[in-house]
Amino acid sequence: MARSIIDKLWDDHLVADLGEGTSLLYIDRVFLHERTGSVALKELAAANRRVRNPEQVFCTMDHIVDTLPGRSDSTRMPGGTSFITQTREAAHAAGITLFDIGSSDQGIVHVVSPEQGIALPGVTLVCPDSHTCTLGGIGALAWGIGSTEAEHALATKTLAVRKPRSMRIDFQGRLAAGVTAKDMILALIGAHSASGGVGYAIEFAGEAVRALPVEARLTLCNMGVEFGAWTVIIAPDQAVFDYVRGRPYAPRDQVLEQAIAYWRTLPSDPGAVFDREITLDCSTLAPQVTWGTSPQHETGIDGTVPDPAGEPDTNRRQAMERALAYMALQPGTRLDQVPIQAAFIGSCTNSRLSDLRAAAAILEGRRVASGVRAICVPGSTQVKLAAEREGLDRVFRAAGFEWRESGCSMCFYAGGESFGFEERVVSSTNRNFENRQGPRTRTHLASPVTVAASAIAGRLADARALAR
Amino acid sequence: MEKFTRITAVAAPLLRINVDTDAIIPSREMKTVGKTGLAAGLFAGWRYQAPGSRDENPDFVLNREPYRQARILLAGANFGCGSSREHAVWALQEWGMRSIIAPSFGAIFAGNCVRNGILPVVLDNALIEDLARQVEADPASRLLTVDLVDCTVTAPDGRRHAFAIAAADREMLLEGLDGIALTMKRDDEILAFQGHDRLRRPWIYL
Repeated sequence: MARSIIDKLWDDHLVADLGEGTSLLYIDRVFLHERTGSVALKELAAANRRVRNPEQVFCTMDHIVDTLPGRSDSTRMPGGTSFITQTREAAHAAGITLFDIGSSDQGIVHVVSPEQGIALPGVTLVCPDSHTCTLGGIGALAWGIGSTEAEHALATKTLAVRKPRSMRIDFQGRLAAGVTAKDMILALIGAHSASGGVGYAIEFAGEAVRALPVEARLTLCNMGVEFGAWTVIIAPDQAVFDYVRGRPYAPRDQVLEQAIAYWRTLPSDPGAVFDREITLDCSTLAPQVTWGTSPQHETGIDGTVPDPAGEPDTNRRQAMERALAYMALQPGTRLDQVPIQAAFIGSCTNSRLSDLRAAAAILEGRRVASGVRAICVPGSTQVKLAAEREGLDRVFRAAGFEWRESGCSMCFYAGGESFGFEERVVSSTNRNFENRQGPRTRTHLASPVTVAASAIAGRLADARALAR
Repeated sequence: MEKFTRITAVAAPLLRINVDTDAIIPSREMKTVGKTGLAAGLFAGWRYQAPGSRDENPDFVLNREPYRQARILLAGANFGCGSSREHAVWALQEWGMRSIIAPSFGAIFAGNCVRNGILPVVLDNALIEDLARQVEADPASRLLTVDLVDCTVTAPDGRRHAFAIAAADREMLLEGLDGIALTMKRDDEILAFQGHDRLRRPWIYL
C-alpha cells in the first residue's frame, strides 16, 4: 500500500501498538531549553528517575539568557537567573549535552539543532517548545510537547501518540523576487485560519517548496504550529543531504552513505492517500504582513486593513474588532502607510545566515529612519560568527541596527526587555499575540527583508521597491 | 495526578477564538522553575487593569460572581494555541478549573491538560454557544455536569450531549495514571526496538 512520509516514519519508530489508534513511538532525540526543560529535568530527578539515554539528549540556553553584549547568568527577566543556573545544574547531573552561555555552539534551540546535525532527516525529535515543527524542514518528524511529556520521553525514550489525520499542502508555482518562505506560510494561515491544521500531520510539498533552500524550509515549517498542525514535514532531498554533510553530530563516511540511502526511501509514495489535500498558488504572492493579533490576521503589503463588518462569522468578526482596537488600526488603511517605532530581526523563524544576508542586502548603504529602534539577534552564536566573518554585522550597525548575542530575545516579553507600551514593531518572529512582545506592544509579523525595508522607511514597506 | 470522573459546577463563558497560552499565562508571570504559584498570573493580561498590577478588571468574566467559583470553562475554537508552556495548564488547575469545553484545542495544550487532571471536551461551537446562553441566564444555579464515565455534558435544560475522547486519555484521567510508570512496564519492547534499530540506523546511536 502506498504510504506517505509520515506513515513511513510512524512505522519505522513503532515500539508498540497501544490500540485505539495510539502508538508508542521511539524518540531519537530530545532537545531542551532553560525555560521549560529545567522543570522537566528537575521533576524527573525529584521522582528518582533518570534520563535513559543522555547521549541523545541536548539542551541550550536561549529563552531567558540576555542578548546584550557581555552577558552572564544574570538577566533582565525577573527570576531569570534561577532558570539558567537550575538548568545548568540539572543538565550536568543528568549527563546530557548542554550548549551553555559562552559556548560557540549556543543558540536558539531550533537553529542549533539542524546546525549541529542533531536534527536529521527521518529522526523523531521532541522538545518542550511549540516551534519544534521547524525541523520538519529537513525531513525530521519533530513536534512540540509539554514538560510532563518531556519527562516521559527522557525517562523512556518513547511517547504514546495518537496518530493524527493526514494532510498534504501543494505550494504551487514559483515565488517572485523579494517574496519568501515567511510570506508563503503567512499566506497559508491567512487563507485557512490559525486552526486550519488542527488535528493534522501535514506534508508541505509542491514546486515552490522544492525550490526553497534548506534554511527557508525551516522557516516555512516553523509556523506550522501557528497553522494549528500537530506537525509539518518536507520530504528530504539532495539539498538536505548536502546541508547535513559535515555537521558535528551528523553521520560521516560510510554511515552517512547508509543514512542517505535510507533517507531516499522516505518521500511519500506515488498514490499515497491523505485525508485532506489543499493547494496554494505562490506565483502571485506579494510580501505578507499581519495587521491583527493572530497570524491569520494578515494580507499583502500592497493591501489594506480589512473591515470586520464584511466578516460573516460572528466569532471571527469579534476577534477582528478586538484586534483592530488593540492594534489601533482603522479598516481601509493601506498597510504600507502604517508608521512603525521598532524593527526586529531574529527568532527561530528568521534568524539564520541566509535571513541576515537578505536583510543586509536591503540595508547596505542605507539608514534606519529616525525614531525607529532596530535590533538584529542572530539565531545562534555560529550564525553570529559566520555573519561577522562576512562583515554583515558592520552593515547592520552602519544602518543603525543593534547587533546582539544569540537567543530568543524580544520575540517574547517575560518581564525584561520590551518594545514599549503601545509601540508598533515590525518583527521577523512568529507570534503577534496581544502583549507577546511587551505590554500593549503592537506586533506586525513579516519576513526579514520586509522588516529591513520597513526600518528604513519608518513605516511598513515593500522590500521589492528597494531591491538592487 | 488528580483523577477526573464527574463534576457539576459553575461554568464560565470565554467565547473568544484562538485564545493562546500567552494569554492564559503571560511569560512574565512564570517567575520560578516549578509548577506552582501560577494561579495569580492566570489570564493576567485580561484579568488585571495594568501589566504587573493586581487591580482587577471588573469586566473580566473570572472576576465576577459566581464565575469566581467556576470549575468549567466554555471556550472558543483553537483554545490553548501557541506556546507549549505547560504553565498554562498548571495555572488553570491551581486556579481551580477542572474541565474546558471548546470546539477545538491547541494540540500540545490538550495533551498537557490530560496529564494534569483537566478534561478537555470537544463539542460543536453552536452547542457551546447555547450552553453559554443557558448558563448566563442564572450562572449560580444553572450548572453544567461533565461526566467522563459516560462521556456526556449535561446542560442546565437537562439535555445530555455526548463527546468523544481518545481511550488512552480517558483512562489516564479516570485512573489518575502515571504515564511513565505505564510505559516502563514495556521496557523489554523498548530494548528490543533499540537492539534491532541500532543495526538498521546506526547513526542514531551517538
